Amino acid sequence: MSNKSGSILLDLKNKFNTLHWVVASLFIATFYVTFCNLVFAEGSIFHVSSYTVTLFGKYLCYAMLALAVDLVWGYCGILSLGHGAFFALGGYAMGMYLMRQIGDRGVYGNPELPDFMVFLNWDALPWYWAGSDSVAWMVVMVFVAPAILAFVFGMLAFRSRVSGVYLSIMTQAVTYALMLAFFRNEMGFGGNNGLTDFKEIVGFSLQSESTKLGLFIVTAIALAFAFFVCHFIVNSKMGRVVTAIRDAENRVRFVGYKPENYKVWIFVVSAMIAGVAGALYVPQVGIINPGEFSPLNSIEMVIWVAMGGRGSLYGAIIGAIVVSYAKTRFTAIMPEAWLYGLGGLFVLVTLLLPKGIAGMLPQLKSKFDEKFGKTNNVKTSTPVESK
Amino acid sequence: MNNKAGSPLLAQDHISPDTRHGVILYAENVSVSFDGFKALNDLNLYINDGELRCLIGANGAGKTTLMDVITGKTRPDTGRVSFGQQVDLLQLNESEIANAGIGRKFQKPTVFEQLTVFQNLELSLAGDKGIWVSLFHKLNSEQKDRIAEILKTIGLTANETQLAGALSHGQKQWLEIGMLLAAEPRLLLVDEPVAGMTAQETERTAELLTSLAGKHSVVVVEHDMAFVRSIARKVTVLHQGSVLAEGTMSEIQSNPDVIQVYLGEEQG
Ligand SMILES: Nc1ncnc2c1ncn2[C@@H]1O[C@H](COP(=O)(O)OP(=O)(O)O)[C@@H](O)[C@H]1O
Ligand SMILES: [Mg+2]
Repeated sequence: MSNKSGSILLDLKNKFNTLHWVVASLFIATFYVTFCNLVFAEGSIFHVSSYTVTLFGKYLCYAMLALAVDLVWGYCGILSLGHGAFFALGGYAMGMYLMRQIGDRGVYGNPELPDFMVFLNWDALPWYWAGSDSVAWMVVMVFVAPAILAFVFGMLAFRSRVSGVYLSIMTQAVTYALMLAFFRNEMGFGGNNGLTDFKEIVGFSLQSESTKLGLFIVTAIALAFAFFVCHFIVNSKMGRVVTAIRDAENRVRFVGYKPENYKVWIFVVSAMIAGVAGALYVPQVGIINPGEFSPLNSIEMVIWVAMGGRGSLYGAIIGAIVVSYAKTRFTAIMPEAWLYGLGGLFVLVTLLLPKGIAGMLPQLKSKFDEKFGKTNNVKTSTPVESK
Repeated sequence: MNNKAGSPLLAQDHISPDTRHGVILYAENVSVSFDGFKALNDLNLYINDGELRCLIGANGAGKTTLMDVITGKTRPDTGRVSFGQQVDLLQLNESEIANAGIGRKFQKPTVFEQLTVFQNLELSLAGDKGIWVSLFHKLNSEQKDRIAEILKTIGLTANETQLAGALSHGQKQWLEIGMLLAAEPRLLLVDEPVAGMTAQETERTAELLTSLAGKHSVVVVEHDMAFVRSIARKVTVLHQGSVLAEGTMSEIQSNPDVIQVYLGEEQG
C-alpha cells in the first residue's frame, strides 16, 4: 500500500479514541439494522426481522450490564458476583410500570390490580406499588432501587474493609437471598411467575414492530451514553484513583484518599447502569421473574467481561455480545449443553487469550503500525488511557 | 535547631499542627502488643519541628511498628500520639492523618504499578481528595510545574510516561520519595529508603533527605550505618520496643548500652 493512504489511516486512528470508535460502531450497527428492518421486505436476504432486532436489543442490554461489571471489576478490582441483582431490580421497576399499563386488559379485568394480586385475593395495591403507573416513578426507581441496594451493601462491606473472595461470596449471597424473597408470592412481585403479559409502554403497543425497533434504538443510545459515562470516569483523575485502589488499596489511604468512599461511589454508579440495562431488557423479552436474580446469571456476566478482556470497557461489550450470540446459537442446537459450552469457551479463551478478546487488539494494532512503517510510539498497554 | 518554623506555603490546606513548643510529633508511653508480644513498650519519642532524625535499631526493634502507629495503620494499646500539641492522631484514620500533613514511605516500595510515573505523582499532590473533585479535576499549570520539578529532583523526568511497575527497584524508591514530596507533608516518615540502592543512588538520597530538613521534619529509619552517619544530626536507638539512647552519632557510638546491644552486635 502507498505511504499516503497509510498516513491517512494513521491520522484517523490518532484522532479517534475508543469512545469515538465505540459510539461510531454502535451508530453504524444500529443504522444498518434499522435500515434493513424497514427497507428490505421479508424474504430478501438483507431483511432483518423484528425477532432479530429484539434479539440484538437484548444483546445490547447485556453489553451494558457487562460494562457495569467491568467498571467495578476491571478498574476497581471489586469482583461482584451479584450484579444480576441490580439488573433484576431495574427490570422489576420497569416491570411494575408495564404491569400497571395493562389496566383492565388483564385476564381478570381489574383496572387497578395486576392479575396476580387479584388471584391472591388482594383488594388493594401494596404501598410500595403506589405511583408505579407513572413513567416518572418508573424512571426514578430504575436508578434508585439498584442504587440503594448498592449503597447499603457498599457502606457495610467496604467500610468494614471486606474484600477479595469474601466480598464476592457476599455479593452472591445477596442476589441469592433476593431471588428467594422474590419467589415468595407475599412479596407482591408476582412470585414465581414474575411480571409478564405486558401490553404497552408509554402508549406504544409492545407487539408492534415499530415499538420493537424503537426499543432497540433506545437501547443502543443508552449503551452509547453508558459507555460515555464510564469512559469519562475511567479517564478522569477519579479513574486513576480507582485503579490505584485496585492495585494498592492501603497505599491509597496513606496518600490521603478514602478508598471506601470511592468504592461505594463507583459501585453505586455501576449498579445504576446495570439497573438501566435491566429496565430496557424487560420490555424486549416481555417478562421479568426471580430467575434473573439467580447466582448463575451473575457469574455469567463476569465471564463475559473476562472473555472480552477486563479493564478496557469495550472488551466487556464485545465479550457480552460474542458470548450471548454463541449462547443463542448453542442453545438452539443443544440446550442442555450450554453450560459445558460456556465452560469450554471460557477455558479456551483463558488459555489462548489471557487478556481476553480486547487484549488481542493492541497486538493487531502494532502489526498494523508495522505494516505502515510506523515503528515509534508503541505504547505499553495500560487499562487506563493516558492523555 | 529546635525551632525552625516550617515554610508557611507548605501546610496551607492541612489541619495545622500547633508547633509553638517546637515539637511536631509527640509519642508518649506508647505500647503495642501482638498476641502478648510487646512490639512497642512504653516508648517515648519527640520529634522537633524541622529536624532530621534517624531511627536505628536491630531487626524487630519496632521501628516499622512505630511508623504504623503514627500513620494510623496500627492502634496502640496505650499511650498518646499527637501531631503538634493538639492534633490527636489516635482519633484520625489513615487518610485523615495523611491529609493532616504526615507522609510515609514504606519499607517495601509501594507505588501504583499500573499508572505512569506522572500519574503516580499527580495522585499524590496535596489538595482535596474528595470524589467529586477527582471526577472533574484538571491539573493547573502550577501543579504541572510542580510535578515537573519533582520529576527533576528524583531524576525520573525521562520516565514520566512509563508505567511505574516497569521501574527498577531503586527508581521505585525514588518515585515513592517523589510522591511524598508531591504531598507537601509537614512530617515525613521514611522507612529504609536506601535498601537495594547502589552507592551512588544512596548518596543522592542522602543529599535529598538532608535538603528536606528545615522545611519539613523528617524521620528516617535505616540500617545502613554509613548512610546514617552521613545524614544524621540526632539519632534515636530503639531496642525491644523502647528508646535505648538518643543523641548525636558520636554520643550514640560511645554509649555503653548501645555498644552492648546494637553496635557490638554489628562489629562482632
Ligand atoms: N502485624 C503484626 N503481627 C504480629 N507481629 C508483628 C506485626 N507487626 C510487627 N510484628 C512484630 O513486632 C516486632 C517489631 O517489628 P517491626 O516494627 O517491623 O520491626 P523493625 O521495623 O524495627 O524491624 C517484630 O518482632 C515483628 O515480628
Ligand atoms: Mg521495619
